[in-house]
This record gives sequence, C-alpha cells and structure tokens, in this order.
Amino acid sequence: MLWACVLLPQLALDGVLRRRPTAGPLVLVAGAANARSIVAANATAREAGLHIGQRLSAAQALLARFDALPYEPESVLRWQQFLAAVAYRYSSEVCLLPHAIVLEVSRSMGLFGPWPRLESLLREEFGALGFRHRISAAPTAHAAYVLAGVADGQAVLAPETLRHALQRVPLQQSRLPADASEALPGMGIRTLGQLLQLPRDGLRRRFGAPLLLALDRLTGEAPAGLDSFRPPDRFDLRIELLQEVENLPALIFPVRRMTADLAAWLTGRDGGVQRFTLRLEHRQGNTDVPVGLLAPERDAGMLFEVARGRLEQVQLPEPVLALRLIARDLPAFVPAGRDLFDERPANALPIEQLRERLRARLGDRAVYQLGSTSDPRPERAQAITSRDDGACEPHPRPTWLLQRPIPLRGLAPRILAGPERLETGWWDGGEVCRDYYLVETAQGQRAWAFCAPGERDGWMLHGWFA
Amino acid sequence: MSAVVPLSSRLDARQVWRGRAASVPTGEQPTGWAALDAVLPSGGWPAAALSEILLPLDGVGELQLVLPALARLSHGARPLVLVTPPYAPCVAGWRQHGVDMRRVEIVTAAERDVLWAMEQCLRSGSCAAVLAWPRQADDRALRRLQVAADSGRALAFAFRDRRHLGNASPAALRLELEAVPRARVWVRKCRGGVVPAQPVSLPYAALH
Repeated sequence: MLWACVLLPQLALDGVLRRRPTAGPLVLVAGAANARSIVAANATAREAGLHIGQRLSAAQALLARFDALPYEPESVLRWQQFLAAVAYRYSSEVCLLPHAIVLEVSRSMGLFGPWPRLESLLREEFGALGFRHRISAAPTAHAAYVLAGVADGQAVLAPETLRHALQRVPLQQSRLPADASEALPGMGIRTLGQLLQLPRDGLRRRFGAPLLLALDRLTGEAPAGLDSFRPPDRFDLRIELLQEVENLPALIFPVRRMTADLAAWLTGRDGGVQRFTLRLEHRQGNTDVPVGLLAPERDAGMLFEVARGRLEQVQLPEPVLALRLIARDLPAFVPAGRDLFDERPANALPIEQLRERLRARLGDRAVYQLGSTSDPRPERAQAITSRDDGACEPHPRPTWLLQRPIPLRGLAPRILAGPERLETGWWDGGEVCRDYYLVETAQGQRAWAFCAPGERDGWMLHGWFA
Repeated sequence: MSAVVPLSSRLDARQVWRGRAASVPTGEQPTGWAALDAVLPSGGWPAAALSEILLPLDGVGELQLVLPALARLSHGARPLVLVTPPYAPCVAGWRQHGVDMRRVEIVTAAERDVLWAMEQCLRSGSCAAVLAWPRQADDRALRRLQVAADSGRALAFAFRDRRHLGNASPAALRLELEAVPRARVWVRKCRGGVVPAQPVSLPYAALH
C-alpha cells in the first residue's frame, strides 16, 4: 500500500481567493460579533503583522485597510468534497481527513507512472485549481498525513523505512490524541521515535487504548479505519459574488472558473455532461440559463465557451448576487476517435464542437441539414433532417428553391425546356396543378417557373438554376 | 575596386537572397470545368484560400461553377458548410449534381454574424469548403477570411454583388460572372499567375 496525502492548509482562504484574486491583505474572521478573531490570513496580511488568533480589533489597530470576510465552515467542507472528487481521478480509494485528502496510489502508479511523476501530476492539478497544498506519500494513510504536516514533498515508499522517517517527528505535529501529545513532552518524550520505543503496556495504562490505536494506525499495525469517499451523482457549485454585478462581462471570470471546476470534476468521475444550468441569483428570484449540448462533453474550454455563448444572450433583470452551476444529467463520455489518416489539420476543431460554438451564438436551430421527403410537391419535398434517402429525382430540379412561389416580373421569359406537369397533393387539400418550365429571363437568369396547365402566361417563379 | 568575387561563392554562403515567387500547388482542387482549370494558375480552385465570385444577379450559374468541386468534396472526410444562403438549396437539384446532402451543413445567421460564422467554420479546420453570401464585407473582413481559410486548410467561397469589383480584395481568386449575352466567366484576379485577357465560356448544360 502507498498512500498519498494532499494537505490543504488554506482551504477556506483559497476558496475565497480563487473567486477574488487580490494582492491586498485579506483575512477571514470568525467568532461572536463583539469578539471576532482572525482564522486565516493571506501572505500580504501576514507580512503586515496580522496573525491567526488575533482579535479583529487588534488587527484594525495594526493595519488601516484590509478586507475581512466571514469564515464559512461549510464552504471548507464543500471545497474538500469537490477536491476529493477531483482526486478520484487518480485513485479509487479516496478518504477525507481534517484539511486533507488521502488516496491510495500503489495501483495508480501503474497508469500514471512512478511516484515523482504522479506527485507532479497531483501538484499540477491542485495548483491549476488554485489550492495551496502539501503532498507526501507513506505506506499508511495516517503516516502520510503526519509527514505532510511536517514538511512538503516527503515520500516514504518502502514500509521498512517508515519507522525511521517517523523518528524525528515532534509530538506536537504527530496528530496523536491531544491529551497524550500535550502530556508526553513534559515527561521528556518529544519525538515519535522516543514514543514508539516505550513499552505499550505502560502507555495503555497511562493514556488508554486510543493512543495505542493511533500509533498502530500510524505504523500500519492496524488498518487505517477511514471511510472511502464516494463522489456525488450531481454537480452543484455555488459562488457568492462579492458585490452586486450588473453587467455580464463581470460574470465571465467566475463562469470560467466554474466550468473549469465542472470539467475537473467530470474528469474525476470519467463522465461527461450533456445539460447543465447556470443559475443567476438575484435579490428576488433567479434567472436560469439552461445550456444544452448535442453530445456529452467534458472539455473545460468547450464548456466555458458554450456557457458564455448562452450567457451573452441573457438580459439581466436585476443585479446578480451569486452564481450557481447545477449539472444533473451526467451521461457516460465517449471521447471522439480520430483516424490515423485523418486529412484534417492537426489542430482542427472537431465538427461537433464547431456546431456547438455556432449554436451557442446563433441559436439552437441555426445549424441544420436538409433532406428530401417523399412528397412530390416542391414546397414539401425537403425538410430539415439529417436523414436522406438519396432517391434521385428524374426531372431536372433547380439548385435554389424559393420559400414560396412569387410572380416572375419583367418581360416574358424564353422557354428552354418543359413543361413538366405536376398534378398532385389531392389527398390533403394542398392540391397543386402546374406546368413547370426551365426559362431564361432577359437578364440571363435561368429560372424554374410554372404557370397554369396549358397556359404560357402568369409565370410564377419557384427556383433558380443557379 | 576590390577583387572580383564569383557569384557562386556568395550564393553558397547564402549571402545573396534569390527571390522567387512562391510555387502554387496545382491540381489539388480542380473546378470540374476544363476550360476554367486551364487558365487558372493552380489548375483549379486555390487550395486553402478565399475565392470571390462576383455576380450581376442571382441565378446566373454561380452554383454550377462550384458544384462539381462541392460534389467531389462532399464524398470526402470533411463536411461542407453554407452560411446564410440567399435561398434554400434544393435537395433534389443538388443531388442531381452529385452532392451528398448529408454532408452539407446549413448555418443561418443574422447579417452581422455571417462573417463571424464563416470565419469560425474556416478556422476550425473541420470543413472542406465554406460558402457564404456576405453583404457587408470590407477589405479587412475578407483578409480575415483569407487567413482563416489558410489556417483551416479549407476552400472559402464568398458570393458578392458585381458592384464590389472596383474595390480591392485580398482573395486569392476573383471571378466575375456575366450572364448576357451568354454565360461567361472573367478571371479578375488570380494569385500566382497572369490574369487571362479573355473570358472563359462555360458550357452549362441545357437542363441543369
């Protein structure tokens, strides 16, 4: 077994920063209204002297201007769940620990490559999503968790070396039960190495079974006892905007983030999305922007482009307070195969993606194909369909067809061919009885025109032999 | 005066740049009209480039000019796209010319989106040919289309009114159709060759 631990030390702060990239000092505060204290601070704020645990009033005395936002414990949980779903891509066994995600990777390395490679993949993924992280690997989940807390990038790949790696870990960072890690340094036991050498019997009498269980889990003597994470079956991401937004361009940045998150999440579960809703929340009521695709997709760029196309057509009735992306329809995703001898250029956009792009801007019905029907009346002989029986019409047909016949103006045309009599449609009341001719107008246009049977007058234009 | 230096040494050292016209690939996209292929420097439609077809009126044979090439391309790997055709293409008529209508995508766009849609289709690289009927297209817009056609390796056809003939155009090929007294095609500009002085008469079939 090999467990990777991704420790997320600034989950709450990163969740805020990624929807509001700012260089200025920013802190998250919690506590009662009259005794707020700082629970997280970004680098600029820490440089200015603010620190975690400080009273908000003390911080305000220290620094004149900084942003203080409320700390939301439920958002921490939500982001952790989201990142676990993303990590699900790398392992089928993902578990949650406080501020951390652990995943079993011994079998994943067959697919993703040896640990250094997998580690850089994980770093890339979490870095791209905008979350600060520390990564380590160890033969047990709890040891990986402890090592990640001590230093970034530690990897213990063989079980034999695990005890050695744990030797120097100070007890304050060992994540053992609080009573033990507080009392033991007073007895001269300062590192895990010293603790592991103590007789178990005495430890049990002094601190009880929980400490021994924690030590066994650390060294792998006992199973980790963690519940596996199961990715949810629907995607629901809500971003509260920091101010009321009245114009659409200001929504583009959060939408790009949300669609990128959706794509990462879909990759984690190896699925695609066919339909999703972008909900713009107002002070009163919501505006739903449904986004539909012709086939399941999961490419971040494409999802963003389609969502933006739909969003640009929306008229905002009221300022937007929050954005929510809901995806329930998550079918299996089949990547488009490409032929080895494909004649398209290497960077070609697939035709499906082109269609989506056109539909997103021009409307759902903007892209279509025409096929023939079995009706002999020219007005009804073709319809919007992707099927085509390929039956060939024996009589000449024009290349352009007018929506409906119009009178042919100007001088009497010269008849080049005809007539072809069409006498049909008696079964549904739309009866036609016409003589069609190929005629040439004085301007040299070749027209498909008809007149009443037997007459050579009152020409009606129905198409062009363009 | 310094000593005489043989030119060949300069040439070998690449100190002399020898200008030469970019070679035009020939025979890649025959128009299907032998008389027209004979006068065009590329032996057909300029590949991966914009061709402009200028007409006096609709229905003077502008589609017949391109249909042989479209029929051939519709049986290839990439589909064809028509962006806002002025009329509905008649399925039976196109099929009589050999076009597989299942490979023809029709895009309807508002006037201001026509050039955008055409550029997207060309640039995507997944269309064999894109036909459009833009009303307002200036020199810059056409240049964008030309670049898009080049990057997407697609044939671009812009059908425009004859009154635009006086305006300069970056298209690789400009053809002007004449309907009276008989159907003729004037080559007004062709990249990589000399513009022929005489028009080309096309033997349009009497019935098609």
